[in-house]
Amino acid sequence: MDTATLTEEVAAKTIPIYIMGKRYEVPETLTIMKAMEHSGYQYIRGCGCRGGICGACATVYRRAGDYKIYTGLACQTVVEPEMYLTQIPFYPANRASYDYESSQPVAETIYQLYPELFRCVACNACTKVCPMDVEVLDYISALKRGDLTAAAEISFDCIQCGLCASRCMGEMAQYHMAQVARRLQGGKIAPKAEHLEKMCGDIDAGTFTDLIEAAKVMTVDELKKVYTEREMEPHMGADEWTPASNHGLA
Amino acid sequence: MPYTPELKELIKVVEKTRPERVAKKRAGEEIPFLSLDERKERLNFHPDFKEEGRRELKVGPSKGYGIAHEIADLLEAGSRVAPEKVDLSEPAYETDVLVIGGGGAGTAASILAAQQGANVIMATKLRHGDANTMMAEGGIQAASKGHKDSPYYHYLDVLGGGHFTNVPELAETLVNNAPDAIRWLEHQGVNFTKKADGTLETIHGGGTSRKRMHYAADITGAEIMRTIRDEARNMADKIEVLEFSPAVELVLNEHGYCAGAVLYNMETQEYFVVKAKAVILATGGCGRLHIQGFMTTNHYGATADGIVLGYRAGVPVSFLHTVQYHPTGIVFPEQAEGILITEKFRGSGANLVNLEGNQFVNEREPRDVEAASIIKECVNDGLGVPTPTGRLGIWLDSPMIEDLAGEGTVKREFPGKYILYKRFDIDISKEPMLIYPTLHYQNGGLEFQQTGETQVPGLFVAGEVGGGIHGANRLMGNSLLDIIVFGRIAGTSASQFVQDGVKDGKLTLEHVAKYNAEVEAAGITDGRVAPAIIPDYTEEQVRARQLTANYVGNVR
Repeated sequence: MDTATLTEEVAAKTIPIYIMGKRYEVPETLTIMKAMEHSGYQYIRGCGCRGGICGACATVYRRAGDYKIYTGLACQTVVEPEMYLTQIPFYPANRASYDYESSQPVAETIYQLYPELFRCVACNACTKVCPMDVEVLDYISALKRGDLTAAAEISFDCIQCGLCASRCMGEMAQYHMAQVARRLQGGKIAPKAEHLEKMCGDIDAGTFTDLIEAAKVMTVDELKKVYTEREMEPHMGADEWTPASNHGLA
Repeated sequence: MPYTPELKELIKVVEKTRPERVAKKRAGEEIPFLSLDERKERLNFHPDFKEEGRRELKVGPSKGYGIAHEIADLLEAGSRVAPEKVDLSEPAYETDVLVIGGGGAGTAASILAAQQGANVIMATKLRHGDANTMMAEGGIQAASKGHKDSPYYHYLDVLGGGHFTNVPELAETLVNNAPDAIRWLEHQGVNFTKKADGTLETIHGGGTSRKRMHYAADITGAEIMRTIRDEARNMADKIEVLEFSPAVELVLNEHGYCAGAVLYNMETQEYFVVKAKAVILATGGCGRLHIQGFMTTNHYGATADGIVLGYRAGVPVSFLHTVQYHPTGIVFPEQAEGILITEKFRGSGANLVNLEGNQFVNEREPRDVEAASIIKECVNDGLGVPTPTGRLGIWLDSPMIEDLAGEGTVKREFPGKYILYKRFDIDISKEPMLIYPTLHYQNGGLEFQQTGETQVPGLFVAGEVGGGIHGANRLMGNSLLDIIVFGRIAGTSASQFVQDGVKDGKLTLEHVAKYNAEVEAAGITDGRVAPAIIPDYTEEQVRARQLTANYVGNVR
């Protein structure tokens, strides 16, 4: 629709798909999302970032003659002939509210919020259904054995679409549990950045105030001069690099 | 779909020049940065500089200001609802602070306002968190490493990137509050990528003089969004979230204070009024308007609604004549068109390479210069790589990263993009990506001050909807920063504004009636309405068959 174009767009072959059981002919190269729009649907729900990260467009489908359940994100999955699909834009899930500030970074925090964690029978339906290939059962197992760090890492690519919860025999909302684990990991288990604390202190102490005040009233030509002359940290160099001049530093 | 045989042939050209380019990168040999004069010349290839792409506004507080047709079409439009039909006497909700927008800025603002005692309603068009924040990948800038960096250098970089046009006080506020913003996010539990001792990993971005881009793998925005959304959900007793309820009009009171909004329930198609003592607009940008026909990285709801609302209520717009095209959007496979490929790939060493396998620009120029260079290479110099449907692109040589930093680096550092391409049978640790500039960011917006205040008392803005911080061009990593810094500030200011006591008065939509009259007086009679709410991707032939369909703007 937009980029530098040499020729007219090549007309694609069409294939039949079944949107909630109803047949539509759509170009074979489209994603499910664009195929639905092509067919005349206008989204209110079931469409968000259109880039595979927000979790709004979880889709479940079967292929004709195949008992298996397949899943994908509508914005990322290309249509297949004879696919029967429906979107699951919302799935009810139990989310426990908690006071983050007073929460301890230990497994018991999650056990208390989500005692249903132990209803998991390790059936692996969650992992099988995940459109992001997250090893859901692995992070649930990590939580059960109390390893919040592992749960945070394994669940990192979760987009909270809710498909795992829709398939869970234990009726859990796995992704809400993982969210607690990730916050406890990021905020209370991982070591704090000391350099950050120091910089915040320097700014509060007014260390750079005069410099920036001076820069604010510079003419454009003066600004261009200091901008052009500013030292550039080498691209492939180590973090420890220091500039030749201390000007502008604490 | 995987690369076609024709494209696979062309990839061989890239592979041929790769060893030499990797050696150069290792040796620190780079294509020199353009001088400020050369930058200026290069920018003639940037879409912003196409005169035919914009027109002067005929109505409103910034009448005479030339901006993109697509935005002008919305500002020169009537209201969705006839103002006299709205019953303002019985608001459906009353609250202290109404936050319009459920992305990063709106969520940060809601948390801060609520922490300071205000009752908050957050109204959002889609789900809470469906926003460009979620999609931001590369990182968030802050001068956090005192041995080599400070807010002073961050300030210089911000101004240089913005071509020295930025509002100095806004840029100052951005850089001075940056480290504290990172600290707040770290405290909230954002999993920034760190060394074992807690030192934050930082890399370069386009236009940075020091490595100050903090990140959480390649889903920095999603990690930030889901973390602060979780915190807002924990505060449900203070923050009520109304999803699928975009604002279509701001409500003022008889004293000229902003006093709420008219919301639209997209599912039941009802309009209803929220009365508030202060309102924060955090509605994001305009990517889904597809300015000049460009593809976009933006989420479904990015239709500039907040600009329309604020402008009608009397807030001027600034820097809105510039929009940002991200240099690297996917152009093949077409199913993924427009999707952003983070600048972090270039920050990690990947070259931009033309049809002949050659570099043509330093990979770390500011975004507008980088995008203009790619357009020039394709359109002007004939060295673009043709796709099967006749588009043109440039290679982003991701396998270089494996050569530079070791096998497995691409999969580890860019898990999101690795998976995305893998679905199309493309392994980006072995094959390069084909990219072209894609509409990414609204540099300008509603005028506002360091405190988040606008000219209308009681109306605050935060995030992409505001203009001035980034001048004529934003640098990578300063938007995630912007939404957190100015989201927190707007939340604090609005809550303070409420505590200081607000002059209550009769609610009115008189400003909307006046605006409608102005639009009509300007001779605009085609019945256009705004805000757009959602884009319209209905095919022409489908639309032709919708004989009885009634469109109000884009919404059926």
